[in-house]
Amino acid sequence: MLEIKNLNAGIEDKDILKGIDLKVKAGEVHAIMGPNGSGKSTLSSVVAGKEEYEVTGGDILFENESILELDAEERAHKGIFLSFQYPVEIPGVSVTNFIKTAINETRKAKGLKDMPASDMLKMIREKSELLEIDRKFLSRSLNEGFSGGEKKRNEIFQMAMLEPKLAILDETDSGLDIDALRIVSNGVNKLRSKDNAVIVITHYQRLLEYIVPDFVHVLVDGKIVKSGGKELALELEEKGYDWVKAELTA
Amino acid sequence: MSLKDKLLSSYLTFQENADLDNSIHDIKDEAIKVFEEHGFPTRKDENWKYTSLNSLTKPDYSLVSHADDALEFKDVKKYFLNDIDTYKIVFIDGVYSSYLSETTHDGVDVCLLSSALIKPKFKQVIDVYFNKIAKKESLTALNTAFAKEGAYIYVPKSRAVNKPIQIVHFSTGNEANLMLQPRNLIVAEENAEVQVIERHQSLNSNAVFTNSVTEIYAGKHARVDYYKIQNDKENASLIDNTHIDQQESSEVSVHTFSFGGKLTRNNLNFYQNGEHNNSILKGVTIIEDKQHVDHNTLVHHKQPNCESHQDYKGIFDDKSTGVFNGKIVVDAIAQKINAYQSNNNILISDKASINSKPQLEIFADDVRCSHGCTIGQLDEDALFYMRSRGIGVKEGRALLMYAFANNVLESVKIPQLKARITNLIADKLGVNIGFDL
Repeated sequence: MLEIKNLNAGIEDKDILKGIDLKVKAGEVHAIMGPNGSGKSTLSSVVAGKEEYEVTGGDILFENESILELDAEERAHKGIFLSFQYPVEIPGVSVTNFIKTAINETRKAKGLKDMPASDMLKMIREKSELLEIDRKFLSRSLNEGFSGGEKKRNEIFQMAMLEPKLAILDETDSGLDIDALRIVSNGVNKLRSKDNAVIVITHYQRLLEYIVPDFVHVLVDGKIVKSGGKELALELEEKGYDWVKAELTA
Repeated sequence: MSLKDKLLSSYLTFQENADLDNSIHDIKDEAIKVFEEHGFPTRKDENWKYTSLNSLTKPDYSLVSHADDALEFKDVKKYFLNDIDTYKIVFIDGVYSSYLSETTHDGVDVCLLSSALIKPKFKQVIDVYFNKIAKKESLTALNTAFAKEGAYIYVPKSRAVNKPIQIVHFSTGNEANLMLQPRNLIVAEENAEVQVIERHQSLNSNAVFTNSVTEIYAGKHARVDYYKIQNDKENASLIDNTHIDQQESSEVSVHTFSFGGKLTRNNLNFYQNGEHNNSILKGVTIIEDKQHVDHNTLVHHKQPNCESHQDYKGIFDDKSTGVFNGKIVVDAIAQKINAYQSNNNILISDKASINSKPQLEIFADDVRCSHGCTIGQLDEDALFYMRSRGIGVKEGRALLMYAFANNVLESVKIPQLKARITNLIADKLGVNIGFDL
């Protein structure tokens, strides 16, 4: 589904990603772990199409086609979803209105008519129940005054509504208490299928107890320096990132 | 001949043909003297520093239309609010169209100023209110001198007009350059209630210059909601002079939606003449190309225990220019005033500009006055967030701009009007998305 080849990228002359290779197949869950400043968020932003980042080498293929030339919204239309580490507050746009617009714009891009309002409402009801979201919450301005947990739940709610093929969860666990973590992970797990894939970007192993990855990759200084199964996450938790760094220099 | 000279010489001709009583004659004679002395304001006037009328006063305007100005309803239907029942007072090139109008004298008077000015049964109201609220400045005086047609709305004590009133001024473009000077008088007596929607609409690209005056009187406990739709064509310019006299415990709101036209200047003056008044001034401006919109507001707090709320939002693209000059005066006697003023602007293009200037003159010591003005750009992070969810740049920008203006729309009390404004905004931003579910 996703193939990243020798990806080099940076911002304002600063190299951040220095040759990333990653293959993600449908049905798989990959975890990317790494210390602060290793390039985790840059990687997710580059895949989602944030224009401030410049790709200086390599390629990103999604379903065997390069997406480097595509705008962020075109990537979204193809089924790439990024759950933001810091979701943006947008006063004046309700959660419902926003998700309705996102769905209908995506449908428009595919040549489909708007989703009938009754279907939309039904879907909103189902997905908000899945994430234990209060209906009143949906009429509030997007992310404005939301707690950390509410913001992340809202991200996964949008993911549930948009039904992406590839979901990238950037530090979805940060700012979550144990209950919110359970709800969010439960939501993600229910959305997993053999047809879609998830990339979980996280600093800590905690989230991976709930969303169990098939593969774990360690990102250090813009490169994937170690890959393994889910047990690698535990090892990292126990020994710390210095262990990987030490192994590298050894 | 300059436009000023032309107007002065035409005045004599107009007066010869007019069938008015002496008191109106005297008012007009006095008014033309004010205009003769002061003329059109120039940028040397502090209040007109950022708006030049030079280009507006150059063309050789016709002061009346000479053509047959009949219009078919089907051709102009789209300019009306049709999905609710309303009264309509419609003018074509300054002349009343009975065919397009729907007036009433059933308990309230919704009709023409021309008949109110000459018929004895209206004389009492005209004597008390006509030209009594308006500030005696040059452009208003010019209008007064020429005033003969416009809307006349009289709501007696404790009556509510049972449906909104639409005042629509069409210009057909039958004259290459037309100058119009409509005059409206709206009187809501004690505990009366009325809602008015006003629109100026030219039907082709010929130049039209409208110098409009509206006087609004709100008696004790009266409620008046006034909505101005300014979405005219590219060669239509409007100077709107609105003067409002508020008595004890009255509430008056004026919403101004400025999306079109070449040059638009709103002189909006509120005079709080009783205690416990509430004055609401709101506006959304969304313009582009070389359009110019200037909001010049005055709230004069002359009595204690009153409130005023001003909230103006502006979005400026291309080389468009905006002005917000909001003046709040609090007299020494007017204690316990709560005056709030906010002007927020987004510049889409680096060639667009806005001059925003709050002016507070406070002579009382126990008042709460707050004012704030912001000028910024669209939030790029918010835009990326939207794009990452599949919303295109144009739609994302539109949604952000709509959200920015939304709190002004929230106070529109007529749902069908709110929907219409929302559609106008979507049109203006060139998107086809609904903003509400």
